[in-house]
Amino acid sequence: MKNSITHLKELESESIYILREVAAQFERPVILFSGGKDSIVVTHLAYKAFYPAKIPFPLLHIDTGHNFQETIDYRDRLVKKLNADLIVGSVQESIDAGRVKEENGYYASRNKLQTTTLLDTIEKYKFDAAIGGARRDEEKARAKERFFSHRDEFGQWNPKNQRPELWNIFNGRKNIGEHFRVFPISNWTEMDVWQYIYQEHIEMPSIYFTHERDVFERDGQWLAAEPCIKLKPTEHVVRKQVRCRTIGDITCTGLTLSKASSLEDIIDEIAATRITERGGRADDKRSETAMEDRKKAGYF
Amino acid sequence: MELLRFTTAGSVDDGKSTLIGRLLYDSKSIFEDQLEAVEEASRQRGNEDVNLALLTDGLRAEREQGITIDVAYRYFATPKRKFIIADTPGHIQYTRNMVTGASTADLAIILVDARNGVLEQTVRHSYIASLLGIPHIVVCINKMDLVNYSQEVYEKIISDYDKMSKVLNIKHSVFIPISAKVGDNVVKRSKNMAWYEGEPLLEILETIPIIHKRGSEEFRYPVQYVIRPISDKYPDFRGYAGRVASGIIKVGDKIRVLPFGLESVVTAVSQTDKTLDMASSPESITIQLKDDIDISRGDTLVKVNETQPEVRQDITMDICWFNECSLSVNNKYIIRQTTSETLGIVRSINFKRNINTLEKETDVSQINMNDIAEISIHTSSPMVYDKYQKNRITGSLVFIDIDTNETVGAGMIK
Repeated sequence: MKNSITHLKELESESIYILREVAAQFERPVILFSGGKDSIVVTHLAYKAFYPAKIPFPLLHIDTGHNFQETIDYRDRLVKKLNADLIVGSVQESIDAGRVKEENGYYASRNKLQTTTLLDTIEKYKFDAAIGGARRDEEKARAKERFFSHRDEFGQWNPKNQRPELWNIFNGRKNIGEHFRVFPISNWTEMDVWQYIYQEHIEMPSIYFTHERDVFERDGQWLAAEPCIKLKPTEHVVRKQVRCRTIGDITCTGLTLSKASSLEDIIDEIAATRITERGGRADDKRSETAMEDRKKAGYF
Repeated sequence: MELLRFTTAGSVDDGKSTLIGRLLYDSKSIFEDQLEAVEEASRQRGNEDVNLALLTDGLRAEREQGITIDVAYRYFATPKRKFIIADTPGHIQYTRNMVTGASTADLAIILVDARNGVLEQTVRHSYIASLLGIPHIVVCINKMDLVNYSQEVYEKIISDYDKMSKVLNIKHSVFIPISAKVGDNVVKRSKNMAWYEGEPLLEILETIPIIHKRGSEEFRYPVQYVIRPISDKYPDFRGYAGRVASGIIKVGDKIRVLPFGLESVVTAVSQTDKTLDMASSPESITIQLKDDIDISRGDTLVKVNETQPEVRQDITMDICWFNECSLSVNNKYIIRQTTSETLGIVRSINFKRNINTLEKETDVSQINMNDIAEISIHTSSPMVYDKYQKNRITGSLVFIDIDTNETVGAGMIK
């Protein structure tokens, strides 16, 4: 008998399956929550997977200190609504403790520093599985990523050590000190994520929708004019109607000029767009293998 | 809109990466910045045309060597369907990658270079697709532009392939003459091959029926996780969470819990707060039962009035080995099958399959990386299973090394 099922339903089923596997195979899992659409969808899927019980893992936010305020507000509202536990890992604290050094210059960003804070926090709380919203379509180095991605005792990703994943069978066995990153929405594309958000009526942070903001142009991108970014003498602040397509922190999130004010508008815009989602991420542009190199060092 | 998963098999020189690049490019799934990045990389490498293959080769080492090392997943969609491509290398030393990519595929694309015809690797790729139970095989005869779009060449290759596939017992093959480089019959119909009466590749991918027969018609439900809120609102709730591997379940159905055999009746089938009339594969659901019996992860629910699965400790299977540490008789491994785990010891190696000639080699004492063989094992606890050709979920398992925790092999139960 043929059972016809939509692609969103099938993707959702697969992701819920993965989340339940994590709960069954690991002792101290955690959801990496950034306030971006992917981690919002993962959290929503976790709510669905374990209903009517509470989500059996806390949310972890690695706070660079350079977040859009709207993201922080959204995070706090969501945590309250789900009655979830929130842990915040602070990059500022890592800087103050001398664990990492702040970058300098016009292109300074705390993006790379997050890795150290993340690994330190994972070690502090002894998390053995960190669930993230990364997708395979996002970027070249993620195309080969597994659902269950093994990280060694240094938190590092070695492409040669990743385990084959066949059928529905996921091997989360590990030695002490190692952990896994798990990516339940690996097979979802950007469009799938937005279609799902629309279907499920998931509330989203306001910066995904059009709003007026002080911005400036750098290297062909619009960035938010905020205290954490140093302006060059040639750069001027203007007020524009913008929105975020992908949310990193302020220093590396390119804003697009857009009037999209609803989920339908966003979906139409993505369908018509000719630039990939992460095309607006300055952190990926640093080199051809920027993501791969960061992952090898333990990044998300 | 449905989802189709397919795998692509072919060597570097067959133009497989070019084919995928062409599919993504012509269906407008390549974005400008990706194309720009590839144009730049092509320029740096001295390629004259945009090397579509560069769109698909991700990792640094690969880009430097120009070959694909791992299984890469690509995504694209047309208004008719969403597609997931498991792109695997074609070399014999990456057989394990192909097996991995093929395990969840609904369809396999096998590439043949029109100048070379059916080769050992064609046999190997087809054999693996058949072994892994992929329902549809589409043979793309590529580089037709280099053989003058000759119908004669095309027909000869089909004839050779048919002879070979009778031996392999391959169910369903479609043949298409294409040129990935030039774009003929990939997305757009070829103007150079008017004699070809079939559809271009993309149209076939969009319309071929997706057989959600991940297995037999029988209901199979490996219990994954037990949901027990123990909250004020739900003090007594006990739900068995899992993914329907095959078949259908409804409220009122009489079920049996294997391997121990206790029975009960389904009182609720739900997804989050929605109760369902029925559920089927591949949905993730929660089942509630009338009786308070001891059920845990690893147990399988089946329907009382349907054909039962096997419940045994002595099992024969085809395997593909992944690891440098070879398999020999008396080796012990952790065996993971659906949601259960047990220990297994290798009792015998029955034969090794030469995957280029398809001959059976008996009198083999060890199985090495990339080998395919038939073995028999004994497990420490009973396994609940169906034959793999009947049910890809309940008939499959993996071998895990006790010391290193690595996944070292895959098994398909016979």
